[in-house]
Amino acid sequence: MAGVPDQRNNGSRAEDGLATDPNLPPPAVDEARLEAEDRKWTPAKIALWAAIALLGGVAWFMLAIVRGETVNAIWFVFASVCTYLIGYRFYSKVIERYITKPDDRRATPAEYKADGKDYVRTDRNVLFGHHFAAIAGAGPLVGPVIAAQMGYLPGTIWIIVGVVLAGAVQDYLVMFFSMRRGGRSLGQMAREELGVIGGTAALIATLLIMVIIVAILALVVVNALGESPWGVFSVGMTIPIALFMGVYLRYLRPGKVMEVSVIGFVLLMAAIIGGGAVAGTEWGAAFFHLDKVTIAWGLLIYGFVAAILPVWLLLAPRDYLSTFMKIGVIVMLALAIIVVRPEVSVPAFSEFASRENGPVLSGALFPFLFVTIACGALSGFHALISSGTTPKLVEKERQTRYIGYGGMLMESFVAIMALVAAISIDRGLYFAMNAPAALTGGTAEAAATWVNSLGLSGVNITPGLLRETAANVGEQSIVSRTGGAPTLAVGLAHIMHQFVGGTAMMGFWYHFAIMFEALFILTAVDAGTRVARFMLQDSIGNFVPKFKEASWRPGAWLCTAIMVAAWGAVLLMGVTDPLGGINTLFPLFGIANQLLAAIALAVVLAIVAKRGTFKYLWIVALPLAFAAVVTITASYQKIFSPVPAVGYFANNAAFSKALADGKTEFGTAKTVAAMEAVVRNTAIQGWLSVIFVVLSIIVIVTAVLATLKAFRDRAAGTATTDNEDPFVPSRVFAPAGLVPTTAERELAAEWEKVPADARLERAGH
Amino acid sequence: MSSGIALVANGFRGFARYLGGVMGADAYAKYLEHHSAAGHQEAPLSEREFWRDRTDRQDSNPQGRCC
Repeated sequence: MAGVPDQRNNGSRAEDGLATDPNLPPPAVDEARLEAEDRKWTPAKIALWAAIALLGGVAWFMLAIVRGETVNAIWFVFASVCTYLIGYRFYSKVIERYITKPDDRRATPAEYKADGKDYVRTDRNVLFGHHFAAIAGAGPLVGPVIAAQMGYLPGTIWIIVGVVLAGAVQDYLVMFFSMRRGGRSLGQMAREELGVIGGTAALIATLLIMVIIVAILALVVVNALGESPWGVFSVGMTIPIALFMGVYLRYLRPGKVMEVSVIGFVLLMAAIIGGGAVAGTEWGAAFFHLDKVTIAWGLLIYGFVAAILPVWLLLAPRDYLSTFMKIGVIVMLALAIIVVRPEVSVPAFSEFASRENGPVLSGALFPFLFVTIACGALSGFHALISSGTTPKLVEKERQTRYIGYGGMLMESFVAIMALVAAISIDRGLYFAMNAPAALTGGTAEAAATWVNSLGLSGVNITPGLLRETAANVGEQSIVSRTGGAPTLAVGLAHIMHQFVGGTAMMGFWYHFAIMFEALFILTAVDAGTRVARFMLQDSIGNFVPKFKEASWRPGAWLCTAIMVAAWGAVLLMGVTDPLGGINTLFPLFGIANQLLAAIALAVVLAIVAKRGTFKYLWIVALPLAFAAVVTITASYQKIFSPVPAVGYFANNAAFSKALADGKTEFGTAKTVAAMEAVVRNTAIQGWLSVIFVVLSIIVIVTAVLATLKAFRDRAAGTATTDNEDPFVPSRVFAPAGLVPTTAERELAAEWEKVPADARLERAGH
Repeated sequence: MSSGIALVANGFRGFARYLGGVMGADAYAKYLEHHSAAGHQEAPLSEREFWRDRTDRQDSNPQGRCC
């Protein structure tokens, strides 16, 4: 292919011909036939791709060049889908041809390690849905909303271009290389490829990043539920519903997953509707009206209990519920946007695109837009899912392009739809909802005055509109409902009520949206705490072997408590922060997520170099360099910027000085205690940034060194060792993509003729 | 008319099957398939035992969820 001799340990490889067993049809389509199919451009095919390119071009033109009063949401759909199709058809094939070079004659872990439990060959379309459900969560629903402050275009470009060149590339490559290694995790691959120093740095960074991500996701939930009796009731009800489902599946009807999911879904809808009724009563409004600090403590206790309860009781059933909701919500979002086609009045670039003192997110467009929108464009967290779980289920090597690259394109589309939903609401409303209470003043009057004083073109909001919207969605107030989730919920309610139910249904739609975000996040909090606990137990186990025993209760509880305390501290810090929590912490979330992406790409870079693919190394180096530059610049600014709104330490110094000068209020902090809180918080956030960036630089440097070593070895003719599992001939066949090609269909038909009992090797174990 | 209903019913069944696959509802059926294909001598786990084992193994091998 690239003309580079392969020096992999492929001694047992069936080099001659395709058949790996003389009694079976070949497990792979003939390479020349594949090539011919790919290269053959019939007029119909040319016309189709020309039409896709043209439509995409027109859509981008409408979004980026035409400056009307409004832009229709449908152009976002066309611009993104056409770009994804082109990226998938052309760019991912380049990656397949020159970097991954899948070989369908090779058995995947699901075949050679098949155990019927963890390693199971799974139909590619089912696995696509499964993988997508595992990677998609609340992240793509939050980041784009916050970044909408800068206007719709910067976020749109980054989400669409970023996913094609960076996010999907990372997911695909990590999945492929993990599959070649029997489904090893990112941490294990880092250790193998980068050595002890790089591997350890990657492990510590992953653990810390996990803590930050869980904390900030929890903060999103707290912000959405604070002072919202309806939300507290309906989200709180998910716990008894999940417990009931768990008991049902364990004792009453084991294995009836679909049945219990439908029951759970019906109960969930009842909880949302019931929440409206409960919040309407006097006692309900009083009992479920909780302030943010109380909810944060509740979440902390919940997180600890949920992480030590057995999986079957809470995590597994809620996971079913969450998957069910996820698919429903995404279908609904797509329908809403395609059917209602709302007009978007947000400008392409807002007044804040060129400034660094925006009220929702502070910092300049570069680099902060690129860290604010992490999920949807490039999300390092996906590397943890793409290694480990999914690779153990893949049926054929060639399918990883569809599942890994394609799955991430799908997630990007969710981010675009979330962006559209959020920007379809009035701009004044957007700023009133997303600016911290310290700026808006917290009341409808003060917020309206403040928003109108910003001098944004076309923005003139009345306190009446703020109150009316709040009443429509069944809330007491929507001022300073930061964190992205409430804005998206208002946007979704705004679109959906035009589609089904009218104004009377807005409250339901709003709380439906809050519910699904809370459900995703609670699952992520629970699962994240568990994973982090195991990582910690494993690390401590290197010194105190007893900790390695997962079933040793005191160790498990102690490590769970440590992890919950870690994210809980960050969460409480965010909830009580006088500067407005999410606004100062969300950049840390994005930086953490992107640094994880940089770590994953660095590991992939070393692997690709060791395989001898130097000519096309740029495919990995490009997103790695971009992620590294963005996150290191963002970290640098967060650490060293002299502007207090941007730099943690500059803010720290400003507040310390004010305290030393004996001031009793400074900026948005109205008391000495608040000022001290700012000093404490900024110091912690600053040092966290320092630790993250140092660890990531260590990983990237070790990866670059490993790459250079591979290059020198190759030049010197020394054989490089790789860590792939040995070649095992495959005895199954399945098409690679969504639609099988002619050759694939013919081969599949041949396999159909083979008697079932002759197809699989009898392992006899 | 009735063929139209059958078509819709078929489509719905297909979708339900797909959704079940995505959620992992067919795990036990796949386990049985593997068990018989691999030619194990001992009897397979019962449905109840299988699901118990499945969630209990997740206790010691947690899987992350994404953000």
